[in-house]
Amino acid sequence: MDRFDLYRAENETIDPPVILCENVTKDYVDGLHAVKNLNLQIRKGEFVFIVGSSGSGKSTLIKLLLREITPTSGLIMVNGRNICRMRSRGVCKLRRSIGVVFQDFRLLKDRNVYDNVAFAQRVTQVPKKQIARDVPRILSIVGLADKYKSFPDELSGGEQQRVALARALVNNPVMLLADEPTGNLDPKNSLEIMRLLEEVNRRGTTVVVVTHNKEIVDMMQKRVITLNKGVLKSDKKGGYSHA
Amino acid sequence: MRRISTFFYGIGQGFAGLARNRMFSLASIATMAACLFLFGVFYIVLSNFNHMVREAENNVGLTIFFDDGISDEEIEDIGSKLRVRAEVSEVTFTSGDEAWEKYKAENLSPEMIETFGSDNPLKDSSSFTVYLNDPEMQKDLVKYASGLDGVRKINDTTDISEGLTGINTVLATVSIVIIVVLLLVAIFLISITISTGVSVRKQEISIMKLIGATDIFIKIPFIVEGMLIGLFGAGIPSAIFFFFYENMTGLLTENFSSVFTLVSFLDKNEVMKILIPVTAGIGLGIGLIGSNMTLKRQLKKIAVKE
Repeated sequence: MDRFDLYRAENETIDPPVILCENVTKDYVDGLHAVKNLNLQIRKGEFVFIVGSSGSGKSTLIKLLLREITPTSGLIMVNGRNICRMRSRGVCKLRRSIGVVFQDFRLLKDRNVYDNVAFAQRVTQVPKKQIARDVPRILSIVGLADKYKSFPDELSGGEQQRVALARALVNNPVMLLADEPTGNLDPKNSLEIMRLLEEVNRRGTTVVVVTHNKEIVDMMQKRVITLNKGVLKSDKKGGYSHA
Repeated sequence: MRRISTFFYGIGQGFAGLARNRMFSLASIATMAACLFLFGVFYIVLSNFNHMVREAENNVGLTIFFDDGISDEEIEDIGSKLRVRAEVSEVTFTSGDEAWEKYKAENLSPEMIETFGSDNPLKDSSSFTVYLNDPEMQKDLVKYASGLDGVRKINDTTDISEGLTGINTVLATVSIVIIVVLLLVAIFLISITISTGVSVRKQEISIMKLIGATDIFIKIPFIVEGMLIGLFGAGIPSAIFFFFYENMTGLLTENFSSVFTLVSFLDKNEVMKILIPVTAGIGLGIGLIGSNMTLKRQLKKIAVKE
């Protein structure tokens, strides 16, 4: 019986956490301890900020959760599955269950809003009929239903981030991972994006936002996990300033 | 259904990739075409050479000469023993007089003939000419005939065929080396084309990985692109051979009629039924290997999160 089985046996009656990290350590070949003995649980439906200064281990944590890298030691489970032992097909399934948005939006410049969002479904081989149904629905949720023909360069930063958000959500992920989603936005657009993330969370999606935007964190008053030099420093509800 | 749509997606994207990297694609197709053209030329030369050797072996029989003073009955006895052999298709007798007449007609001027007068230097050179069903069995027959009483000497074509086979082997080796070098160049060019395609679509691939596209779904357009390069590269020389083979062989037959009265070229269909599928197969295979090798390396470099 491995740790995963033990965990299941102990928690049969409650939902498994969407994210579970147990004693996770990641050392890079240059000897850098990016993450040290990280223990973390994020439950279904939570809205969590992960904060920390540059070099605190935030990026490494995202890479670990997306299974771009594997931990040097420890256990990571996402949505009840041990992702450290996954084969490549399992990694594809894992990534389909996580919606991701980045600071730089990562939109395809040669495709319009509709095609950028539909791209997420086309590459996961969703039937055409379903794409035609899902894309307009998700675009109306993010408030871009009337701009579906526009190209990324014709949109503001806030609108581009909303397209990225629509793309991340169109496959109904269990969890939304937002990596500095307001990093390239002005305060007004930042606030709009956070309101949208809150709405997404209200609809049942677990939202994890990695940021160092103090104002946003303070304003939202959600659970805040603070990392410092790869170590979990605090995990409590409130604002950045209280961390 | 998903597999079918993935297949058509791959084909469509493969063509799109070719169009996107037009210059590299054209260079790769041209190199591939050059390699496969050379391959085709060597194949045509070698297969025709083999065919001609066999034809020559079939047309030229071995000659059996008898001991001096042998009687007609003994000669007839040797003839009977040869005719019943399975490998023998025909046995013809040439008397010493016939041999001399033939020699005079083919090799001597009237002045020279006059010097011989009524002498026949070949009077003891009566012989059997033996034609075989299968030239491969020539050695067996030579061994058998040498053991017969009254047989003095046998002129066979083994030495000639062995010599020709030697030339054939050298030709084949040289062509294999040249073809392998050229195919390596073709793989290298395909690799560059695919690498360029991957780097142009780096962001798209990164997003595909992030969204959870399978490896094969990401790879298929590039593999198709590589295979299309191979296929187009094979198509050009195949078309040239198909349309110009008969012209070339016709031209050679016309200009070297003395050689080609004894031997002939292989029929076009005979050559094409092997050459075209093999050329297409090599093109597709090289495209597949070249693109797959490159993809393994290139896709690893593309991160989901920078």
